[in-house]
Amino acid sequence: MSPEMIRLIAASTGETLYMVAVSAAIGTLFGLPLGVFLATSGKGELYAAPWVNRVLGAIVNATRSTPFIILVVAIIPFTRLIAGTSIGTNAAIVPLTVAATPFIARLIEGAIREVDQGLIEAARAFGASPLQIVLKVLIPEALPGIVLGLTLAVVSLLGFSAMVGAVGGGGLGDLGIRYGYQRFMPDMMLAVVVVLIVLVQAVQSIGDRLARHLNKRIRHA
Amino acid sequence: MNAPIGYLGDQPLQRLVPADPIVRLEKVSKIFAGRDGSPVTALGEINLSVQQGSILGVIGRSGAGKSTLIRLVNGLEKPSSGRVIVDGADIAVLPEKSLRHARRSIGMIFQHFNLLSSRTAAQNIALPLEVAGYDRAAVKARVEELLALVGLTDKRNRYPSELSGGQKQRVGIARALATKPKVLLSDEATSALDPETTRSILDLLARINAELGLTILLITHEMAVIRSIAREVAVIEGGHIVEQGDVFDVFTRPQHEVTRSFLADEAGRALPPYVASRLQAEPVAGGQAVLRIGFRGPHATDPVLARLARDLNIEANILAGSVDEIAGRPCGTLVIGVPVGSLARTLDFLKQYGLDTEVLGHVA
Repeated sequence: MSPEMIRLIAASTGETLYMVAVSAAIGTLFGLPLGVFLATSGKGELYAAPWVNRVLGAIVNATRSTPFIILVVAIIPFTRLIAGTSIGTNAAIVPLTVAATPFIARLIEGAIREVDQGLIEAARAFGASPLQIVLKVLIPEALPGIVLGLTLAVVSLLGFSAMVGAVGGGGLGDLGIRYGYQRFMPDMMLAVVVVLIVLVQAVQSIGDRLARHLNKRIRHA
Repeated sequence: MNAPIGYLGDQPLQRLVPADPIVRLEKVSKIFAGRDGSPVTALGEINLSVQQGSILGVIGRSGAGKSTLIRLVNGLEKPSSGRVIVDGADIAVLPEKSLRHARRSIGMIFQHFNLLSSRTAAQNIALPLEVAGYDRAAVKARVEELLALVGLTDKRNRYPSELSGGQKQRVGIARALATKPKVLLSDEATSALDPETTRSILDLLARINAELGLTILLITHEMAVIRSIAREVAVIEGGHIVEQGDVFDVFTRPQHEVTRSFLADEAGRALPPYVASRLQAEPVAGGQAVLRIGFRGPHATDPVLARLARDLNIEANILAGSVDEIAGRPCGTLVIGVPVGSLARTLDFLKQYGLDTEVLGHVA
């Protein structure tokens, strides 16, 4: 493998990590409150607002059912509004974030719904407000599940990021398509796949460890 | 278990004069929408008072409405009608914010403890204090007091998964007492525990009641819980209170069918199967009459059967029996057989002693 190839792989890995990190961070910023709201706004729940819950749920589902490559193209005007351009790594972060937010929201909703209802009842009984219940009971108790959900989201974003080459986003996927496929360089293709595998493995094992560390429900040996 | 008590200063040890009831339910009804939309009455026109410093036990089978009843007291459930007065305020109509404030003076413990798995024992106890806005130093000091009170000082940094059921319930009790409540609600607090642990938790509750003057309202389906710590009992069935009063009176002279059925499970009251199967309503010539005698009050400890033999020369045959203590007073039940011919004289004799006697039937 030539030094030039190694330099390309390194640069693309950097772009991928940058896009995934930023979109995961912003996606969590929006997805966490959205997920908490989805988990607590059903009928008879802490922030009961069944209609808003249903509408938001429908929007989340719609976003999640749109294939990512179509989403990228469909929201180009929005991307231009936010990033000032529709081409490049920064522009690619916009569709990645738009895809990540509802995904993360659903994962967080699921983690929060796993929390024992008895804890909410106990917290209400000692005078906690809905916000205190969310911040001091639901999120801390759901944290291991939230961490596993975010791990899953980051792994998915690594996959999504391969598609943003379509808007000049760069990254490993783009490198694989342009060099490995279009220029018939199977060794480049192989290298890209290996780097992606290593990244996914690393993310998953860090996430698993963190979740296990946070989970106090199981006695640690 | 001789841990120091956290706050005695503002609570007298014993209240000699009964104060106004601290919890008062007035004609409280709760109606739910059933599965098919038709209304289901969970509670119908309940009247119930708990005196300050008392321990009132509500006993009922599952589905009798006791769970709904206890949740009305801290506003986790709202009544469909009626008033729920706790410490002078009507919980049913308090706005949300005032209700949250009021809940700090109503502690609650649960069957499944409901502790946060992500917090240690000390952190769980600290939670209501954090929520109430205590500063860090005050939280720390209060948590230490409470850990000592429930005897868990050495377990302060353990997570609930590292504690036994009894220890978890002690953490639950400490958490419920954190904000110095006036009333403690106990929702089947010992139902998930083994008999020995149940004993120790009930002892702790009795000690807290005696030493802190804390009023306790508990619900249970276990007779043993009522008999060991309650002073007053209400029997609930089908959403209605069918019998209510002093534990000793209700247990020794049960009026309602449901109360009797709870007592029937108790040792000594039930007839042994070999007698029960032969029991018949009509007297049998040369047979025996079967009587149940309840011993209570001043003659509970008198040697009645010995006197029956000595004074009347009637030989009673003991079939079943028990001597026990309810709410600290001795009482007993004896099932005896006497020759049919001596039945009338036996009944007269027992009446002189003021004993409750019931003829259960006859055996050959």
